[in-house]
Amino acid sequence: MTLKDRIFIGIISMMFIVILLKLWQLQVLNTEKYKKLAEQNRIRIIKIPAPRGIIYDRNGIPLVENIPSFAALISPEYTDKVDVNLLAKILNISQEDLQKKLKKKHESIYMPIRIKEDLTFKEIAMIEARRSELPGLIIETEIKRHYPFGPATAHLLGYLGRITENQIKNNARYQNLPSYFLVGQTGLEKIFDERLMGIPGEKIIEIDALGRELRLIKESPPVKGEDIYLTIDALLQESAYKAFENHPGAFVAIKPDTGEILALLSSPSFNPNMFIEGISGNYWNELVNNSNNPLLNRAIQGQYPPGSTFKIITAIAGLEEGVITPDRTLVNCTGGISFGKWRFGCWHKEGHGPVNLIRALIESCDVYFYELGRIIGIGKIHKYATLLGLGNSTGFSSEEKSGLVPNEEWKKNVKKTSWFLGDTFNTAIGQGFLKVTPLQMTNVMATIVNGGIKITPYIIRGTEPHKENLNLNSINLEIIKDALSGVVNEPNGTAAGARSYIIKFGGKTGTVQVVSKKMKEKVSYKNIEHHAWFIGFAPVEKPEIAFSVIVEHGGSGGSVAAPLSRNILEGYILKKRQLNVKN
Amino acid sequence: MLKIDRRLISSFDWISFGIVVFICIVGILTIYSATRPPLDEGEQPPFYVKQLIWLTIAIIALCIFVSFDYIKLKNFWLIFYITGIILLIIVLFMGKTAMGAKRWINLGFFSFQPSEIFKIIFIISISSFLEDKPSPLSVKDTIKTLFIFGIIPFLLIVKQPDLGTAILILTITFIIIIYKGLHPKLMIILLSILIISIFFLWDILWEGLKEYQRNRLIAFIDPNIDPKGIGYNIMQSVITIGSGGLFGKGFLEGTQGPLKFLPERHTDFIFPIFAEEWGFIGCLILLSLYFILFLRCFQTSIIAKNSFGKLLSLGFTSIFMLYFFINIGMTLGIMPVVGIPLPFMSYGGTTLLANFIGIALIINVRMRRFELFYP
Repeated sequence: MTLKDRIFIGIISMMFIVILLKLWQLQVLNTEKYKKLAEQNRIRIIKIPAPRGIIYDRNGIPLVENIPSFAALISPEYTDKVDVNLLAKILNISQEDLQKKLKKKHESIYMPIRIKEDLTFKEIAMIEARRSELPGLIIETEIKRHYPFGPATAHLLGYLGRITENQIKNNARYQNLPSYFLVGQTGLEKIFDERLMGIPGEKIIEIDALGRELRLIKESPPVKGEDIYLTIDALLQESAYKAFENHPGAFVAIKPDTGEILALLSSPSFNPNMFIEGISGNYWNELVNNSNNPLLNRAIQGQYPPGSTFKIITAIAGLEEGVITPDRTLVNCTGGISFGKWRFGCWHKEGHGPVNLIRALIESCDVYFYELGRIIGIGKIHKYATLLGLGNSTGFSSEEKSGLVPNEEWKKNVKKTSWFLGDTFNTAIGQGFLKVTPLQMTNVMATIVNGGIKITPYIIRGTEPHKENLNLNSINLEIIKDALSGVVNEPNGTAAGARSYIIKFGGKTGTVQVVSKKMKEKVSYKNIEHHAWFIGFAPVEKPEIAFSVIVEHGGSGGSVAAPLSRNILEGYILKKRQLNVKN
Repeated sequence: MLKIDRRLISSFDWISFGIVVFICIVGILTIYSATRPPLDEGEQPPFYVKQLIWLTIAIIALCIFVSFDYIKLKNFWLIFYITGIILLIIVLFMGKTAMGAKRWINLGFFSFQPSEIFKIIFIISISSFLEDKPSPLSVKDTIKTLFIFGIIPFLLIVKQPDLGTAILILTITFIIIIYKGLHPKLMIILLSILIISIFFLWDILWEGLKEYQRNRLIAFIDPNIDPKGIGYNIMQSVITIGSGGLFGKGFLEGTQGPLKFLPERHTDFIFPIFAEEWGFIGCLILLSLYFILFLRCFQTSIIAKNSFGKLLSLGFTSIFMLYFFINIGMTLGIMPVVGIPLPFMSYGGTTLLANFIGIALIINVRMRRFELFYP
């Protein structure tokens, strides 16, 4: 053999050795990795969403249901073969949109691509008729979440959405779910997601390279989610939604003796049925950019000064501390009092004359409560406000805001100034630093009409709520109740204009100054109208409902919030009667 | 009738023949496994039957090509070569287009790839041309050889376009020139020209490549860039081989082929299918057989009685080996994807026939190596 021959044989041998080494690396050292990859090629686990639980109101009316819906999908291998022109025409979508959907990168190259949801029967018929011209098109029957009351229950029930990155990171339950799954994103859908979701089914299939299903290896059917029964009264909720006519505000109603929440409405609202399968960009932008902030749940997250509705608490403090009696005249209202160089006016500039507690509540005399505040001091006001549940979350939801009840210590720590008597005056009539949520005020009302038992409000039927007897004198509570009845039913009451001949209700109006009167002339922005409050109960004789209404920038409590309350109650009762007649 | 000489039969290379036929049968079994439909649905495509028929034809061809003295081929080389070049020109104008390339001539009853036929003609011609030239080659002879047997066919085949075969032809021209003997000075010059031209012509070459060729190169550098595209082939090929493990999944137990995860599974990517079912042990045996075959073929070129025989067997050995290494290297992901079949295993009639003619000529040279008996 010549040298050349040896070199030649050497090169051949070297190349064989390289190949064998590479084979050793793949087949012996890394075989487990490649076996797994080969299995992953072949085996596909498809999770099938379980039908979510239904949410019912207290009378068994479904607030959300599962309805069948039809979606058009296309097999990935047909995306570049399909007749875009024809498909766009049949599905009634623009060609650009369709192209975009077809070109979009999907998480799995084997998963069919969704083109359109919610097909109408006409569209389905059109597709079926031209089936042969549309190879690869799949029509899938799916279960869709539908909210029959739409915006009326939107904040309460929330909506579904695809699992977000954060949810996957923070919740082990979501980690094994495919990202096309819909889970609760807000409201009850989110809070009770685990119960509502059920157990997803699983289909283990063998597929070929095109993703075609060849063989079912194993299947476990989905288990429907648990149904949830609420204390909500759908009719009341709807009646409230209609009464607000999309004006910003909130309505909360509680059954006073049990703590059951009957209605929880925030206005303006949004249409949760538009959120199914991912909200369209336009609608979302519209909601986010709306200055009225429809996504905010005002019923539990809106914080407002309580205005004159707070006088109930000042009154309770005075009665409980024994510094006043209902009939004793405390002040002579001349339209305001002067304190040093400051003047604190009564809303009634001409003055109420001599007033006792009953008249002070009925006519909402500010001067009476300035004086009462001065006598008992901020400490006692703070004590009773806190006792009745203000300044703290009611314990209903973790998303609730807690509001604020100021005292001397708070002012020193936060505002870095000392407490003035003027601050006491402001607090006594519900202005100043006070902040409450509509839910808190409703619960205050409930506690007063149920004999002084503070109950943690709840929404799931059958919950054993936390109850706390505040040991308030029942005589004092009766006095307040009578006076509050007078607010509506006496001709001189601040809510006399809202008196109803269908249902006798009582309550307290409140008008919150957003801007001081002097400022009002200077500022030019539009949100200078007062917030209108009304917190009340009905019927007066044996209260079955305690409620609160706030209308942001609505005007005065007596002329706006109280009539709105009447409309809600009357609307509810009439609707109920109508249904009873039908049945 | 042919006169059969007993001495001829006794010196017939049964070992090479046995190995080749054995590899072909393994190939047919693997083709059967690779193309079987999943879950007994549908019919078994007739690829394995066709290949069996082609094997029979190829063995008959082998008998014919060992029956005459190879020296006689020398007299006809010029006619052969001109015919070959004309075939290549014809395919450019009349060829059947498949996958963006014109490589086939359709004769009505069957179609064949002229470049396969050309490979045989090419080896015979270049061996004849160089036989009488003094070794090492003069500068003039080197340039002549390069031009006639390298550049002209290269350009014609590149035009089809069949870059793989074109480069192969050029490479074999170089191997044969080097084997015949190259002036050291010329060697250096050629090497420098090669390196410089790669540097300067890279852009032109890159632009000249078809899109699928470019993608193959990109995918070779990083298979993860486009898993469903060309990189997908490499990834699936590596997965298929790796999942075989030490002992393999067993015959007809592989999943990657029948479920169609591996493209070109009965042609260019037949080796992964074999590796999946027979494992590392099976591959070791298969590779050993190829190794013995190559060594034996190369041995023929050492012991051949004349320069023509040496060059002839060296040329065919080189073709087999280059095909083998490029194909296996491609399936292992250590070489770019070029559409080159695995000799004797991949499905393909013309190629099998051409390879058998090649083996036949090598055996022919080996049979007639003793000058004494056949002056």
